[in-house]
Amino acid sequence: MTATEQPRRDKDGRLTPAPPEWTTRPAAPFPEAAVKGLENQVQRANLRHATGTIRAKRARVVAEVDNWQDLRSAGEAIKNRTLRHLDQHLVTLEESLTKAGATVHWARDAADANRIIVDLVKATGEQEVTKVKSMVTQEIGMNEALEEAGIAAWETDLAELIVQLGHDFPSHILVPAIHRNRGEIREIFREEMGVYGTPAPEGLSEQPAELAGAARTHLRNKFLRTKVAISGANFAVAETGTLVVVESEGNGRMNLTLPETLISVVGIEKVLPTVEDLEVFLRLLPRSSTGERMNPYTSMWTGPSAGDGPQDVHVILLDNGRTNALADPKGREALRCIRCSACLNICPVYERVGGHAYGSVYPGPIGAILNPQLRGVENPIDKSLPFASSLCGACNEVCPVKIPISDLLVHERHRVVEEKKRHQLNQFEPAMMKAASWVMADHKHLEAAGTASSLAGKLLPIRTIGPLPGPLSRWTQNRDVPMVPAQTFRQWWKENHDERA
Amino acid sequence: MSARDDVLARVRASLTDVAEPDGPVDWAYGLPTAMADVVDRFVETVTDYKATVVRCGASELPGQVMRGLMETGARTVVLPAGTDEMLHRTLEMAADLSVRVDDGSLTAADLDATDAVVTASSVGIAETGTIVLDHGPGQGRRALSLVPDRHICVVRAADVVSDVPEAVARLATSVRAGRPLTWISGPSATSDIELSRVEGVHGPRHLWVILVEG
Ligand code: SF4
Repeated sequence: MTATEQPRRDKDGRLTPAPPEWTTRPAAPFPEAAVKGLENQVQRANLRHATGTIRAKRARVVAEVDNWQDLRSAGEAIKNRTLRHLDQHLVTLEESLTKAGATVHWARDAADANRIIVDLVKATGEQEVTKVKSMVTQEIGMNEALEEAGIAAWETDLAELIVQLGHDFPSHILVPAIHRNRGEIREIFREEMGVYGTPAPEGLSEQPAELAGAARTHLRNKFLRTKVAISGANFAVAETGTLVVVESEGNGRMNLTLPETLISVVGIEKVLPTVEDLEVFLRLLPRSSTGERMNPYTSMWTGPSAGDGPQDVHVILLDNGRTNALADPKGREALRCIRCSACLNICPVYERVGGHAYGSVYPGPIGAILNPQLRGVENPIDKSLPFASSLCGACNEVCPVKIPISDLLVHERHRVVEEKKRHQLNQFEPAMMKAASWVMADHKHLEAAGTASSLAGKLLPIRTIGPLPGPLSRWTQNRDVPMVPAQTFRQWWKENHDERA
Repeated sequence: MSARDDVLARVRASLTDVAEPDGPVDWAYGLPTAMADVVDRFVETVTDYKATVVRCGASELPGQVMRGLMETGARTVVLPAGTDEMLHRTLEMAADLSVRVDDGSLTAADLDATDAVVTASSVGIAETGTIVLDHGPGQGRRALSLVPDRHICVVRAADVVSDVPEAVARLATSVRAGRPLTWISGPSATSDIELSRVEGVHGPRHLWVILVEG
């Protein structure tokens, strides 16, 4: 092993690339952040192309499944049933995991989880860990907590590696580097890979195959020597204690198989009651997210397996605000989310402003609900998010677990309004609040607002529109909003109840 | 209060509005998906992923494995314990092939220096072109089908089912027995750079499937 393969420090004394500053301090509320996103021409072009492509693929593979609507209803029902008795399922999961030889830890919040992870890694004596891409480790800010403890945490998913080496923040759940094009990726690899490990090869071109090859070489040394890996889980089966990770590249399998110690951070909402329930979600997830019939690799493991893979297996069951969402009988519905990202890809707002504008790890329509649900509506970012939507309702139709996203956004707006009334704070945009209050005041107003904007869509012979009234004014002042759909979602739903995507 | 008791108490406090027990889920589990011919469909969907699929009879298997190794340019191959005797002996006799049987002592670096692996499989899924290993005899521990760059995988036609529900029903026993599972749909692939699909970032770049009929 050469010296370049050992962990080393950059000029700032860090083991891993520093993330952008705004991950450690509050970003701007959505209306301001959106303006920045809209001004980023490269990102807007990339996003338009990318979301359009994934949308088309998704629609194609979803149309292949004859009973897709039944499948969605089953996904919805299974998740609802599980969430409504979550305590029982969690206790069962803990028992099964323990019986399978895994060690179960519980974490109330990010601080708990990070403390447990740092202690577990320190106990192994290792100074670096490799990671499977996971939303939950971003949610708890794990990489930075490990860096502070003198432990390097390496992203191994190609897109996450691009983000990490680029001192950047992910902008999409599924394709986190969607805002970067090949030229930028080449520059990042050339400048940064050598600082932290195996450098990019001389004369690296912009060809995706060459760039992926550079990542393969850069990471291979890390995989071969790594002793500790950290993952999330897409599903956790209570009955057996089986965790499931769905991925494409094989970096997940590397992490789940080669190290001696495996630590998995699992949000408490990930639990499914039985093995059989997987048949529903393993069909819903790949088709909804990457638009594939199945993703290249799915791994399932049930504690340590003799002679195969890590023998020291830990599972951290994390709350971190999930019980806040659970306590709200309406907001609870958001916990069904399986993070497929279909709602991001269909969202006209997301497509234009990009993921960074949402100021959190969960961007797009579901982020606009999850963040205020998990973190509350006290801070300016979280209280602005429910307004980051045109309520066009396209997301409701693609969601594989039938989360009524636009209804929940309206529900969140209501919570923001209530919060303001309680505290009489005036720091939030008064006009926006007023408009929102009016829309919220009566169900009919909401429908009228929707109908009015779709009427405008029919009458105006232009493809984009200028400033909108009401809640949207802050960000429509700055960009071309797509023509609103000629129907509201509700009208559409009535007419096309048996949608085939 | 421990974090465990705290979290469970919060979960319970959040669910005070829930009075009635779980309602039934309106879903029939484990049903087949209708299709003309499951094996034909399997060949079609696996081929879609740019994997190679070869159909052959049981007696032709060793020859077809040799062909797969030669055509993917493999010189060194690892076989899991429990590999078919006949196949094992044929490969050992091949002049320009170095064969090792995994006894559990091969390190990740050893595997990285090995060109190919030949494994059996548990289930093939026609609708999605997926092969599932439950890592029983002949299938190897998980690292074997991951680190070498070429994976020659043998699927028996009798193990091919229509779709994911049938597959999960078949594999439930393995999961309940605590076995790990690996579901493979085509070679390793990424679409992270401008959504252009590139085969093979970390897993095998070549997947060569031999479908044994009869
Ligand atoms: S809300 Fe629905 S569509 Fe959006 S990421 Fe979650 S599961 Fe997917």
